[in-house]
Amino acid sequence: MKSYIVQLAATRLLPVTLILSLLVFYRGHNEPGGGFIGGLMAAAGFIFYAMAYDTAKAEKKLRVSPLMLIVAGLSFAFISTLPSLFAGNPFFTGEWISLNIPLLGKLKLGSPLLFDLGVYLAVWGVIITIIFNVMEE
Amino acid sequence: MILPALPILIPLLTIILLLFSFQRREWQPWIGLTGALLQLALALFLAIQVKTQGILVLHTGNWEAPFGITLVVDAFSSIMLVLAGIIAVSVSIYSMDAIDRQRQSFFFYPMVQGLLMGVNGAFVTGDIFNLYVWFEVMLTASFVLITLGGEKKQLNGAIKYVSINLVSSLFFLAGIGLLYGKTGTLNMADLALKLSLADNNVLMNTSAVLFFVAFSIKAAVFPFFFWLPASYHTPPVAITALFAGLLTKVGIYSMIRFYTLFFVQDKLFWHPLFLWIGGFTMVIGVLTAASQYDIRKILSFHIISQIGYIIMGLGIFTVAGIAGAIFFMAHNIIAKTNTFLVAGLINRITGSYDLKKIGGLYKIRPWLSILFIIPAFGLAGIPPLSGFFGKLILISAGFDAGEYVISFIALAVGLFTLFSMVKIWNEAFWKPRPEGLSPFEGENEKLPVSMVIPVVFLGLITLTMGFAVKPILEIAMNAAGQLLDPKIYIQAVLGL
Amino acid sequence: MEILLAIVIGLLYAAGVYLLLRRSIVKLILGIMFFSHATNLLIFVSGGLHKGQPQFANDGINAVSSNPTDPLPQALILTAIVIGFGITAFFLALMYRFYQVTGTEDLDDLKEGENK
Repeated sequence: MKSYIVQLAATRLLPVTLILSLLVFYRGHNEPGGGFIGGLMAAAGFIFYAMAYDTAKAEKKLRVSPLMLIVAGLSFAFISTLPSLFAGNPFFTGEWISLNIPLLGKLKLGSPLLFDLGVYLAVWGVIITIIFNVMEE
Repeated sequence: MILPALPILIPLLTIILLLFSFQRREWQPWIGLTGALLQLALALFLAIQVKTQGILVLHTGNWEAPFGITLVVDAFSSIMLVLAGIIAVSVSIYSMDAIDRQRQSFFFYPMVQGLLMGVNGAFVTGDIFNLYVWFEVMLTASFVLITLGGEKKQLNGAIKYVSINLVSSLFFLAGIGLLYGKTGTLNMADLALKLSLADNNVLMNTSAVLFFVAFSIKAAVFPFFFWLPASYHTPPVAITALFAGLLTKVGIYSMIRFYTLFFVQDKLFWHPLFLWIGGFTMVIGVLTAASQYDIRKILSFHIISQIGYIIMGLGIFTVAGIAGAIFFMAHNIIAKTNTFLVAGLINRITGSYDLKKIGGLYKIRPWLSILFIIPAFGLAGIPPLSGFFGKLILISAGFDAGEYVISFIALAVGLFTLFSMVKIWNEAFWKPRPEGLSPFEGENEKLPVSMVIPVVFLGLITLTMGFAVKPILEIAMNAAGQLLDPKIYIQAVLGL
Repeated sequence: MEILLAIVIGLLYAAGVYLLLRRSIVKLILGIMFFSHATNLLIFVSGGLHKGQPQFANDGINAVSSNPTDPLPQALILTAIVIGFGITAFFLALMYRFYQVTGTEDLDDLKEGENK
C-alpha cells in the first residue's frame, strides 16, 4: 500500500491532526472533548502515517518512544495531584488560577488540565504502542 | 489528609520510576523492592493510625460523600493492606533471581507494581464503581504477568484465565448498573444506609446475586473455580505465588465487605447459601488436590479448599466467625505464598515440579524440608502454627453458632489437607530418589540468598502468628466488630 | 424506549452467551465484546431515559429542566468502554500470539497441552 498520494496526504495531515487534537483537548473543559479523545486523534495521525510509510518511519517522526509518552502521561497525572496538597485541600482537589493574557483574554489553568494532559499523553502512547506492535507482526 | 490515597500513589510513583529507568535493567529490582518496602511501612503506619484514630476517610477532590469517590481505610482494609505489603516485599525479593532476564526486562516489575496498585486500590476504595476500576487495573496487570514469556503452556492457561475473569468483571459491572438504577448511589456507606431503610426489596437480590457470582469467580469459589487450577501452575512460580496470595483474596475481601456492609437484609437466604458453598468449596478443592502429582497443582487446588474456610466464616456471621475468617485469610495469604515459594526452591534444585521425578531432598537439603514444613503444616493446621488457630477459631465459632455440619466438614477437610501436605513432604523429601534418575540439575549449586530470605521471612511470620495468637486475634476481632456494625462505617464516611 | 432497549440488551446477552460457548477463540472474543456492550447498555438504561432534558445548561440560556437526565451512568459507561477497549486489544493480541505458537484457534485443542 505504498501509494505516493497517500504518503503525501499522511505527511500533510499529520500536523493538522496534531493541532486539531490539541484544540479538542483544550476545549474539553466545558464542552465535549478532552484528553482521551485528543489522545486518540493524535494517535490517529501517526497511525495513518505508519500505514502510508511503515512503523519505523512513523516512530522516527514521533522522535520520542511511545513508552516515554506513557511515562510522561503518568507523571503529569501524578504531578496534578500535588497542587491540592500544597493548598491544604483534600487530595485531588482541582486548583485553578486565572491568567489575564492580552489579546487572548482570560485563560484558566488548573490541576485538572494537567491531569487531562496526562490522559492525553498516556492514551496517545498506549494506542500507538498497541497498533504499532500489531502492525509490525 | 492524603494518607488513604498513599497505598495507590506509592505503586503509581514506583511504576513511573520503573518506566523511566527502563533501559537500566539492573536498577529495576531495586526500585521495585523499594516501592514494596514503602508500601509495607505505610500499611503498618496506616494500621496504627486506624487503631488510634478510628476509620480514616478521604473525600477525593473535595467532593463530599456520596457524590465523589471516597477512600476509606478501616480496620479490615488496614489488615489487608499490611498483608499485601508483606507479599509485595517477599515476591519482590524472590523474583530478583527467580525470574529470568528476558521476563525482567519485559515490564515484569512495572506490572507487579500495577497489580499491587489495583489490589491496594480495591482495599481502600469506598465506592463500588471505583472498586470495579481497581479490579480491572489488577486484572490487566495480571493478564500481562500470566502471559509474560509467551510459552505455549502459559498461553493455554492465559486464555481460560482472561476469558473467565472478563466475564466475571462484566457480571460485576451489570450488578453495579442495576444497583445504581435502584438506589441512585455508588458510595458504599450511602448504599448501606439506603438499603437498610428500604423495605426488604426482592429487586436487590438480582444485584446481590450478580455480585456474588462475580466475586465467586474472582475468588475461585465452588462452582466457579475451574479456571484457577487450569491457569495458576503455568507462569513462573514467583508470579503464581503473587497471584495465590493476593488475587483470589481481593474477591473474598469484596465479598466480605459487600455482604457485611449492605446486603444484610436477606440473611435467611444468604447465610445458609454461604455455608453450603463454603462446605462444597472446601471438600471439592481438597479432594481434587489429593489426586494430583504436580506440586503447583496440588497447591492450586488447596487455594480453593482454603477459600471455603473463609466463606464459612462469612456464613456463620458472628463476630467470632468473621474474626476467624480474617485471621484465617491472614494466615492463608502468608502460608500459601510461602508454599509456592518453597516449590520454586524445589524446582531450582531438581528442575521439576513433578513429585514422581523428585525425591530424597531431605538427604541433600535438610533445612529446606524445615522451610517447607512450616507453611505446609501451617496450612494443614498443626499446632502451634497459625493455621491451627485459624481453624480452631472458625470451628469453635461454628459450634457456638450451632452450625455443626459445616464445622465437622471443616475438621475433616483439615485431615485431608494434612494428607496432601504430608504427600508432598514424603514424595519430595523423604522417599529415596527414584531409580534411574540422573542427578538433579542444581544439586550442588547454592540456592540464591534472595530466594531463601523471603521464605524464611514468611515462615517466621507463620510461626509468630502461631505463638502470638492473642494480640493478632484481638486485631481481627476488632475488625470483625467494625464490619458487623455498619453504623460505624456509615458514620465515618457520611458524617451522620 | 426502555422496553426496546431491554429487548436489545437481552438479545446481545443471548448472542454473547452463544458465542462464548463456541470453540473458536475469535468467537469467544466477539462473545465477550457482545457481553460488554450489553452491560454498557444496561447501565445506560438503568440510569433512566429522559429525552432532550440535559443536566447541564448555561446560565440563563436554557435552565435545567425539571426532570433532568442523570449524567453519571454515561460517565460510568465511558470508563467501562475505555477499559473494555484496552482489554479487547490485549485479548486479540493474546489470541494472535496463541495462534502463532500453536497454529490453531480451536479451544478444544487447549486440552491437549494442559497436562504437559
